[in-house]
Amino acid sequence: MARTEQTYTINFGPQHPAAHGVLRLLLELDGEVVQRADPHIGFLHRGTEKLLEQKTYTQGVPYFDRLDYMSMMTQEHPYVLAVEKLLGIEVPERAQYIRVIFAELTRILNHLLFLGAHGLDVGAMTMFIYTFRERERVMDFYEAVCGARMHAAYFRPGGVALDLPDGLADKIRAFVEDFPAKIDEYETLLTDNRIWKQRLVDIGVVTAAQAMDWGFVGPMLRGSGVAYDLRKAVPYDVYAKVEFDIPVGKNGDCYDRYLVRVEELRQSARIIAQCLDQMTPGPVRHENFKISTPYRKEMKAGMESLIHHFKLFTEGFDVPPGEVYTAVETPKGEMGVYVISHGGNKPYRVKIRAAGFNHLQGLDAMVKGHMLADVTTCVGTIDIVFGEIDR
Amino acid sequence: MAEFLEYMHGMGTDLLGPVWPLAWTVIKIAVLLAPVMFCVTYLTLAERRIIGFMQIRIGPNRVGPFGLLQPIADAVKLFVKETLIPEKADKVVFLLAPIITLGAALTAWAVIPFSPELILADINVGLLYVLAISSLGVYGLLMSGWASNSRYAFLGSLRSAAQMVSYEVSMGFTLIPVIMLSGSLSLKDVVAAQSGMWFVIPLFPMFVIYFISVVAETNRAPFDLPEAEAELVSGFATEYSAMSYGMFFLGEYANMLLVSTLGVLMFLGGWLPPVSWLGFIPGIIWFLIKLGVLLFAFLWIRATFPRYRYDQLMRLGWKVFLPFSLFWIFLTGTIIHLVGAV
Repeated sequence: MARTEQTYTINFGPQHPAAHGVLRLLLELDGEVVQRADPHIGFLHRGTEKLLEQKTYTQGVPYFDRLDYMSMMTQEHPYVLAVEKLLGIEVPERAQYIRVIFAELTRILNHLLFLGAHGLDVGAMTMFIYTFRERERVMDFYEAVCGARMHAAYFRPGGVALDLPDGLADKIRAFVEDFPAKIDEYETLLTDNRIWKQRLVDIGVVTAAQAMDWGFVGPMLRGSGVAYDLRKAVPYDVYAKVEFDIPVGKNGDCYDRYLVRVEELRQSARIIAQCLDQMTPGPVRHENFKISTPYRKEMKAGMESLIHHFKLFTEGFDVPPGEVYTAVETPKGEMGVYVISHGGNKPYRVKIRAAGFNHLQGLDAMVKGHMLADVTTCVGTIDIVFGEIDR
Repeated sequence: MAEFLEYMHGMGTDLLGPVWPLAWTVIKIAVLLAPVMFCVTYLTLAERRIIGFMQIRIGPNRVGPFGLLQPIADAVKLFVKETLIPEKADKVVFLLAPIITLGAALTAWAVIPFSPELILADINVGLLYVLAISSLGVYGLLMSGWASNSRYAFLGSLRSAAQMVSYEVSMGFTLIPVIMLSGSLSLKDVVAAQSGMWFVIPLFPMFVIYFISVVAETNRAPFDLPEAEAELVSGFATEYSAMSYGMFFLGEYANMLLVSTLGVLMFLGGWLPPVSWLGFIPGIIWFLIKLGVLLFAFLWIRATFPRYRYDQLMRLGWKVFLPFSLFWIFLTGTIIHLVGAV
């Protein structure tokens, strides 16, 4: 890196309290003003895409939880949609509702972490603990449906693993009913706080055109005023049947992106409530048991089910040859999966498009000319998670 | 009390002869500093517990009843750990820095009166002495940043130097109206002058500015830029460990206690009760209650606010507080002249 007399280079991360994992930035400073921010990635590379080629389609699902480990189920979503598309199967309606409910709960989970961590980056440390109080409740819902609090592997090709346990729907309803009051609580602490505004307004401004050029998606794009949301643009599962608004920002600064995310929390609660109203009892996975797990009861009694179960969990199922790209709106933006099948029980190639990768490349432009303290604000506003960037 | 002191002096002189005055000074320092250090260590526990409750947590409650032995456990831990000195550091300056910071924070206590009798050195320019000594603390921070030879520490120390110098100025200016009203630099006289009315009432804006300035001057949140964790890891203290770090820590809390005490003395009437019929409660209790309120405000602010940015902090200090307090000095002077008081 070229150094001149005036600049001063510091190494921000990968071991740094505000690095959000393993971000390494080479910062060239002039006094405290950032001249250049050079992100270095790859500290969390696990070769997920290559690993997926060795795993059957069902075994592949848990790897997606570990990409963006802050919005687990939404990461599984595009993969199971892609497999379903290759198989050409319809998913039972109840399963679609359950998926949407949990996708939105995951959005709440992720945005709560964003709020807390962003607060911490800017120095409001209490926010973190408040948001974790509500995260805890959502994590309990995760635990109730699949036994794991984070890495769920709950969405499966053809539906979801199991139906909601008794009473969970009421608990989720109770949560979404009092959640908006909690959001108000967060907002009293931050939204109109003068220091919070001074730190966020006009920091890291991204115009709509720039956001498009950089390939920004999700709240990063909507914060700049582009109302693009895959849940509306290309509705998947039952998103077409629920009503919700897409919040957009005006100035494309950190403050707008913060407001967009807070509003998305409210909209998520709204979507979940509608799903709970509309949902009817029914099967939760595709009933072709050559693809989805047979029911436990039948498996104990019937030979055929037992054979299906054995075959599914030893070899998996075969997927016809083809190529497909599916994308869903994860809390961080468009998460796409490109699956190539050459037939057989394993994908030939899987390419994952992670939202954070594109956002990170815009970081240099966002922080240039700002001060050192704004770097952490911008890193926070990107809502960066290295699991998905390094894959 | 006086007889007891006489007796002590007599005994001491008989026993030690010419060395006695020195021994007596050491005793006096110990008697003053022991409670101060005690308060400082328990302030850390109070901070953790109070912020814990504000954040729906419990805070440390495992060591001893209600976690009351936690500060002692922390102190033991800091003492027995190895003090790491970075290879590239300037060793003498590196170790001298925390000593200066803590030393300055403790020296200032010499002139602080806790009640009309409880004062170590009753000098007639007590306030000036406090301001002078507390400004020395910034040398410790500067030296630590320079000697660490680390970039985070260097940036942190530059920030704190700029911050402390600018907020010393506005803090000093907020105290001038108090001096004008009381007509004395002796802290005892300043308190005595508040027997009619606490200075916080006529000088309320000055009290607010004083409080914000001292939060900034002691490097506490939301002005904790020198050690802004999110940006500079631990700022000037990044390379410090064990007791050398502990001394910075103690210095910070001792300073917090000092400026709160000064605020109580200058604006809140020190040991005076709020109304005279409450005078049966000893002055030291009033003093501690007021001190507690100010310290609680310190912690409350820390739990609530996001952090300022460096340039915003400077702007606030130089462009808002300084002109306003200068104007207030002018206003106070004019009113005193017109009323003809003092």
